[in-house]
Amino acid sequence: MSQIKSFFSTRWGIVSVGAFIGVFAALLQKLGNPGNMGICVACMERDIAGAVGLHRAAVVQYMRPEIIGFVIGSLVAAYLFKEYRPRAGSAPIVRFILGIFAMIGALVFLGCPWRAILRLAGGDGNAILGIGGLVAGIWIGVLFLKGGYNLGRTTRTYPSVGWLLPLVMVGFLILMFIFPQIPDSESSGILFYSIKGPGAMHAPLFISLIVGLGVGFLAQRSRFCTMGAFRDLILFRQAHLFKGVLALLVFAFGTNLVLKQFNPGFTGQPISHSMHVWNFAGMLVAGLAFTLAGGCPGRQLFLTGEGDGDAAVFVMGMIVGAAFSHNFGLAGSPAGVGPYGIAAVLVGLLVCLFIGFTMMQKMV
Amino acid sequence: MEKIIDARGLSCPQPVLMTLDQIKRSGKGRIEIIVDTDTSRENVTRAAESQGWRVENIQPEGDGYKIGIAKD
Repeated sequence: MSQIKSFFSTRWGIVSVGAFIGVFAALLQKLGNPGNMGICVACMERDIAGAVGLHRAAVVQYMRPEIIGFVIGSLVAAYLFKEYRPRAGSAPIVRFILGIFAMIGALVFLGCPWRAILRLAGGDGNAILGIGGLVAGIWIGVLFLKGGYNLGRTTRTYPSVGWLLPLVMVGFLILMFIFPQIPDSESSGILFYSIKGPGAMHAPLFISLIVGLGVGFLAQRSRFCTMGAFRDLILFRQAHLFKGVLALLVFAFGTNLVLKQFNPGFTGQPISHSMHVWNFAGMLVAGLAFTLAGGCPGRQLFLTGEGDGDAAVFVMGMIVGAAFSHNFGLAGSPAGVGPYGIAAVLVGLLVCLFIGFTMMQKMV
Repeated sequence: MEKIIDARGLSCPQPVLMTLDQIKRSGKGRIEIIVDTDTSRENVTRAAESQGWRVENIQPEGDGYKIGIAKD
């Protein structure tokens, strides 16, 4: 067990986890998930918000089993390797707000960092702008970290505190079984389903769930984080996590080539638009918010599984942020940025800067 | 003289930042860092080794670990 435990903290550990995610994300696309969206934490949480009716954008409603799998897979790994640490209380409201604007920024670009890399691996040139914005946002966040930005310490708490969001996820899965998808119907009981658009495209439930569980398990072990990858590179010149991201890109690209899913270009890309400035700016806000919150959307799900109640609050913030995005017309679509998307990006940037500048304290 | 850093309750990159800060200030000697997650333990030891410090010992401390690093 201790050998397995140490393997994942090595270079080959993180590389193999990135490779696993890359291959299976591309395969999920082949099995029904939307283009270049084999796995996208932001998009999938947005679809979950739609499935429970927090927003009513008819094309993005589906209870994505991958997200449920991420949290539960991480929880299982944390218990198995005795790393479950129930903790909470480090500025939850700040994390909630950061989650909201992280989601708003990501949905202007149309993807979390994972999807940005998958889009690049599928040939979508617009992803370059998104990844550029992501790195710029993380770079600004690093300046705050160097200046002493800190959300304060967590405290240990009851084990059941860490169970709450995983239990919500189990509840969501049970709802899917009680109210399964009905062909050509927009709803089933209390759940909403899409009959067209990306929300209607999904791999079979059990395959999605099993891949999600596998990714959650492995990512908990290896601490895979796309934001951390760039942050550590900028902050410490340390490339450990970055190798995982690189492996994800290379293996998703290779799998796409084999499956004939690689289509280079800027126009006509799946669930993508070419408003370069706003692709960049949207991801800049998202990258800054992830850095201030200490993890990319995926990592926040895995931390939730380890018992981190503050990461769980960030996840809830993202789901609520998705509802705002679609209710207020902020999210992008293949037609471009939503009517109020640009204003939302600017507000998001101001909010993140406010949080960064006012929460600096050397050595709390 | 031995320095002690209490990074419990802080999530990464804070424990690493605190460790690197102390490494820069100490130059050499011995530093003890107390962390409470395995991620922090891995990150702190990785950062210390990248600075040419050696990890002398890692002991359980409460729910976490006490990491001793040193450089002559």
